Amino acid sequence: MKQSNGKENKAPKREVLLEARNITKKFGEFTANDKVSIKLIAGEIHALLGENGAGKSTLVKMMYGSLQPTSGELYWNGEKLNIKNPAVARKLGIGMVFQHFSLFESLSVVENIVLAIPEENDLTILAKKIKQVSKQYGLPLEPDAIVADLSVGERQRIEIVRCLLQEPKLLIMDEPTAVLTPQEADQLFVTLRKLSDEGCAILYISHRLEEVRQLCHDATILRHGNVVDNVDPQKETAKSLAQLMVGSAIHKIETRKKDNYGETLLQINDLSLKSDTQFGVDLKEIMLQVRAGEVVAIAGIAGNGQSELFDALSGETRVSDKQAIVLNGTACGTRGVRYRRKCEAAFAPEERLGHGAVPNFKLSENVVLTRHSSDNDLVKFGFMDMKLIMDIATRITKKRDVRVSKENPEAESLSGGNLQKFIVGRELDRMPKVLVVNQPTWGVDAGAAAMIRQALINCAGRDAAVLVISQDLDEIFEVADRIAVISRGQLSDIFPVEEMTFEKVGLLMAGAHEKKQLEGAV
Amino acid sequence: MKIILEKRIRSSKLMTYASPVIAIGLTVVLGGIIFALAGYDPLEALYFYFIDPVITLWSLEEVVVKATPLILIGAGLAICFTANIWNIGAEGQLTMGALMGSFFPVMFSDWQSPSILILMLIFGALGGAAWAGIAAFLKNKFNVNEILTSLMLVYIAQYILDWFVRGPWRDPDGFNFPKSVDFEGWQLLPTYGDGRMHIGAIIAVVIVLALTIMMSKSMKGFEIRAIGNSRRASAFAGFSYKNMTWFCFLLSGALAGLAGIIEVAGPAGHLQPSISPGYGFTAIIVAFLGRLNPLGVLFAGILLAITYLGGDGAQMELGVSAKTAQVFQGMLLFLILACDTLIRYKIKIIRPQANQQEATL
Repeated sequence: MKQSNGKENKAPKREVLLEARNITKKFGEFTANDKVSIKLIAGEIHALLGENGAGKSTLVKMMYGSLQPTSGELYWNGEKLNIKNPAVARKLGIGMVFQHFSLFESLSVVENIVLAIPEENDLTILAKKIKQVSKQYGLPLEPDAIVADLSVGERQRIEIVRCLLQEPKLLIMDEPTAVLTPQEADQLFVTLRKLSDEGCAILYISHRLEEVRQLCHDATILRHGNVVDNVDPQKETAKSLAQLMVGSAIHKIETRKKDNYGETLLQINDLSLKSDTQFGVDLKEIMLQVRAGEVVAIAGIAGNGQSELFDALSGETRVSDKQAIVLNGTACGTRGVRYRRKCEAAFAPEERLGHGAVPNFKLSENVVLTRHSSDNDLVKFGFMDMKLIMDIATRITKKRDVRVSKENPEAESLSGGNLQKFIVGRELDRMPKVLVVNQPTWGVDAGAAAMIRQALINCAGRDAAVLVISQDLDEIFEVADRIAVISRGQLSDIFPVEEMTFEKVGLLMAGAHEKKQLEGAV
Repeated sequence: MKIILEKRIRSSKLMTYASPVIAIGLTVVLGGIIFALAGYDPLEALYFYFIDPVITLWSLEEVVVKATPLILIGAGLAICFTANIWNIGAEGQLTMGALMGSFFPVMFSDWQSPSILILMLIFGALGGAAWAGIAAFLKNKFNVNEILTSLMLVYIAQYILDWFVRGPWRDPDGFNFPKSVDFEGWQLLPTYGDGRMHIGAIIAVVIVLALTIMMSKSMKGFEIRAIGNSRRASAFAGFSYKNMTWFCFLLSGALAGLAGIIEVAGPAGHLQPSISPGYGFTAIIVAFLGRLNPLGVLFAGILLAITYLGGDGAQMELGVSAKTAQVFQGMLLFLILACDTLIRYKIKIIRPQANQQEATL
């Protein structure tokens, strides 16, 4: 941890390793990158900051050769070149760790790595090399372990080791901490600093501002495909970085403190559920109560049973025990979505397009989608009341400030933030007693995210029980009254927000509460 | 050089409706070329194909007779396809409808009252629905691909019909021809005009109007469109895909069965081994050409009926092979699907970038 002191972060060398000049990338008529220029220097950790959809991934994919720029040039050590595919990039010494891993679950660590390094086909030698590299950089990894048994953090280490074995000069990391616990992230930073000390350039993509300030020497900020600024992150505050990223000041959320909660409106009683897909997560003995006027948040790294839990709550997956899920006083474990909505429960899923809304349906039709069974007057004798439906759509659009280009547009034409405002607004408009939201602000711009969070808090303020499932710790600490953590399908105890810290959540995310059930696990 | 299809950001609404017109135009042009290559005068051949059938009263009536089953089946298939459920076996359901509907006139050939006609129509629809139900059952119970099962059931149905008309239901006074007894009186659909046109056409129009209202205004129509557009979102809405599979197969099967018994109780007048010149398959083209919209199906059915008649006409007048009707229908389906693809995608040609140094180390 010697290098972790911020003042020693400045790297001495200033050789430009990779330079992009006026890179433009168009997808059809959409411009993802507009004349982007960036210089990466050997031994420096360079942050690429921007909101979802700002064009970060597009830019690095061109550096890694998996996309070709529409115009503009790339220079490697001052020499102009054309990186026509990832193999060329790897030959140059560019390694990339993607946000989504490409590993074979049923193969071992060493087998997965040999697939990427065909020159080395002796598995025992490779296993030794893996051990050596993983020790050198503090990335504990067992070469013979089967990938399916490993945690997300460990899987990421395989990807990193795979890159390191090829002795890269430039390492590109796409949102590496999105899938890590705070502790795992700290460990990763140690590795990255060590690499940069050895002269490796690192391009670090993130939208987490605190870690960029801690780790990076330089930061380029993208907004709508344009470079808006190039700053020294250590001289900025998280707030000033956020403003550069978003382009405007962000609302402060008004929290409300309350001690007297009402009766329990959402109850999960000993819910266990086997997943019906191969790589799904089984839910194990989940217990939870949410009272009127309260926001309970469930933290956890993606893929630990959140969507399974959401489906079980919404009724898209039914369970055999009626009492396992009690909504607004009615046991409805065995009942479907329509019945649960009639119990004044409302749900907003993670996927906006294709789950929460039908992409090419108009907003008015998407109102019908979740409200046809619960709103009394919407459907009469099997026929839809078009005027009433339009009125509801207009009301939601106005109230939630959903920006639309024309009247009643198709859901797919809205931006992520606007559509999410509509979907959450659609459910809130019913004045539900119970609200369950999965990843409410995933991929949503900061302005819309603040509005949605405020709406969730206000909903609880009207004496509804609100359950928020989220990966975003900042969000959780902002909205929640009590916090629980889910990992591998098991839910931790629930703690009041005052008693929770990032560290404690991090330990729980890593599975500190899990019951070690060795029998049957092998 | 590479040629790729690139998704358009927005597909044109206007072109969605223009596409069938363009496809028809291209079919006519390509058809003319084919006739010219085969040594016929293309203009003359096209005249017999598309104009001649619609300028005499007799042939106009015949267009209506042929369009009736196409419209009935096509309307049912349009609803299936909208829900993304693929019933390809309407021909088999038509056959089973014809067979089941013929039960009463064959077994009680002396029975004369309006009720026998109503029973025939009901049993025709039930027969088609039951046959389609097999594919729905296999899909829901064992997750068997409905395209395969519904198609294979066509051939089974045709053999069953064949066995009946050659075996137990053969007309004892029919000189050993493979056909059932001739239906008479109330066992036949009332006709008007010159005698071939029957009330089946009115039934078809009424059903098209009912389905149009169902699709645009009712909750069921909404459910069908939602399931067709997004399975996951429709499950979130509380719609059951399995129930929808049953609904679509039973509805389209019933309509195909109805078309079958209408053919038998109308133009044919008895059961015979072959009761349809492939109406069940042609109706797939009708459904797509009609934009999967029941009202559109009405016009598409009439157009495809003309190609049947034009095929016959061109064969008689010019000696063109009878198979050209199928060539026309095939081209039409191919071109309409191509037009639809180009509405959603554009063709892009990528040339290799020249004058750029490649990285080598």
